[in-house]
Amino acid sequence: MTGDPRQVAPRRLSRRHLLLGGAAAGIGAAGIGAAGAIGIDLAGRAGQTSGQATGTAAPVAGGDTVAFYGTHQAGIETVPQSHVTYLALDLADAVDASALRRMMRILTDDAARLSQGAGALADTEPELAVVPARLTVTFGFGAGLVARTRRPAPHWLKALPPFTIDRLDAAWSDGDLLLQVNSDDPLTVAHATRMLVKDTRSFAAVRWVQSGFRRARGSEKPGTTMRNLFGQVDGTVTLAPGSPDFERLVWGAADNPAWLAGGTGFVLRRIAMNLDKWDGLDRSGREAAVGRRLDTGAPLTGTRETDQPDFDAKTAIGFPVIPEFSHLRRARSDNPDERIFRRGYNYDETPTGATGSNSGLLFASFQADVDRQFVPLQKRLDTLDLLNQWTTPIGSAVFAIPPGCGAGGYIGDTLF
Amino acid sequence: MRNITAPRLLAVAAAALLALTGCATTGAATSPTQGTTANAAHSLSVTDAWVKSADQGMSGAFGTLTNAGSADLTVVSAATPAASMVELHETAANAAGDMVMRKKDGGFVVPAGGSLTLAPGANHLMLMGLTAPISAGDEVAFTLTLSDGSTCDFTAPAKAFSGANENYEGGMNTEPSK
Repeated sequence: MTGDPRQVAPRRLSRRHLLLGGAAAGIGAAGIGAAGAIGIDLAGRAGQTSGQATGTAAPVAGGDTVAFYGTHQAGIETVPQSHVTYLALDLADAVDASALRRMMRILTDDAARLSQGAGALADTEPELAVVPARLTVTFGFGAGLVARTRRPAPHWLKALPPFTIDRLDAAWSDGDLLLQVNSDDPLTVAHATRMLVKDTRSFAAVRWVQSGFRRARGSEKPGTTMRNLFGQVDGTVTLAPGSPDFERLVWGAADNPAWLAGGTGFVLRRIAMNLDKWDGLDRSGREAAVGRRLDTGAPLTGTRETDQPDFDAKTAIGFPVIPEFSHLRRARSDNPDERIFRRGYNYDETPTGATGSNSGLLFASFQADVDRQFVPLQKRLDTLDLLNQWTTPIGSAVFAIPPGCGAGGYIGDTLF
Repeated sequence: MRNITAPRLLAVAAAALLALTGCATTGAATSPTQGTTANAAHSLSVTDAWVKSADQGMSGAFGTLTNAGSADLTVVSAATPAASMVELHETAANAAGDMVMRKKDGGFVVPAGGSLTLAPGANHLMLMGLTAPISAGDEVAFTLTLSDGSTCDFTAPAKAFSGANENYEGGMNTEPSK
């Protein structure tokens, strides 16, 4: 402890400042000053109740907001927040297009307000809403929902074809309506999720909830590829938001119906990772299974994560440096259209039975055409991927992600 | 999604989180007896309005009334096609010390340059004799009448809400509804 806490004037952002400052410069300037104050303040108050300390601590990142309204929904190109909760809902039998319109107007209004750090209408805990921490809510429509509207569905909006490695559990699969709730703050995710679920009660029931996490915000440089619970750098090969390829392969029209223009397709796969079995594999075996180094994530033929793999490189005794059976080799396609945008999270739940872990990956990918982009990739991995020995898909769901909306509209207004 | 005028739409877009429902004023503004004098409703705006969904019977409507003018405003009555009667209610302790809802004598006063919040467990619009079920997501139209006879129209989305079940002075209870 080097600073005298008394020399640091306490900075407190008013709620109004927090709300209206948002990601704007106002909070940035104040936030930097406050950042110093927090650490010293907490240190200086060691021994006192943390409640007092946090009472004077000005939020730094908590006030950051992501615009809700736009051509595309937020929560896709948004730099992945630290926490996610995916929810799938099943619509009540009586819900028709008119009811869907009513529901999506309410949910849109909730999401718009919450994402800007304001309580939703009828929010009974609005104090939990004032720390948005880049909250985004992204909506997806399942085949069952689109069918209620009697409008055409994209041809890929259906369960994925069965794969031999699948051990799917209905408890983690399918659903009519998807909510993807992201924030850097798990309490914010919980509150937003609670508020949204309350407002779906008249229309739908929760089918499943899947929560996941990455590194906490600020723990490492933004944009760092996440690591999964095998310790692997996970998601290196993906489409870069803002790139022409992303525009074409995520936001592109493909041959989707007109109501989906500005939207895309979404696949969520719950992939159990057997950590107990993985423990039995030595480091060289682990690297061979994926075709990448564990420390840097570089291909076994390279030195940096982003290096292109050299599949022709051979070892001294003539074997490929990157094994034919490795995940990297098998996932790679020669067809540049067979690419996806990945935005996954880890999960780590309570173990059951004799297992020492209940962990895995919430594999989440966005692509304009699930059949042409995701399915070929998964088929190759299904046929042969050494990693399959330690990983098992146990949940699978496909949703159409409708476009964003303007301030006077609502998500789904192109469909209903 | 709400009845908002074009200039207000810009304000909504800028603020993003404010549900600004300006009053569409009628009555006094066009009344020959009022001449060109600005009427009270011109100063009133209703924001963040919502109404509790209910299958039948009673419900409540809530929101924030803001008075941009320099004189206090008094809302003396409210009406909606969704209910046969609307009363201005307050929640206060009765003689026995119980918190009850009851009609607000003298109406709702919105202070000059200030606002009045209508919320569950506090001041609110009490809907009685619903003419049809109010379903979550419905847009319900309301008209407030001020003491000078001018009126203010706004719409409120319906939301499923478990609260707002305070005792009604007179013995009735509102049941939680979906």
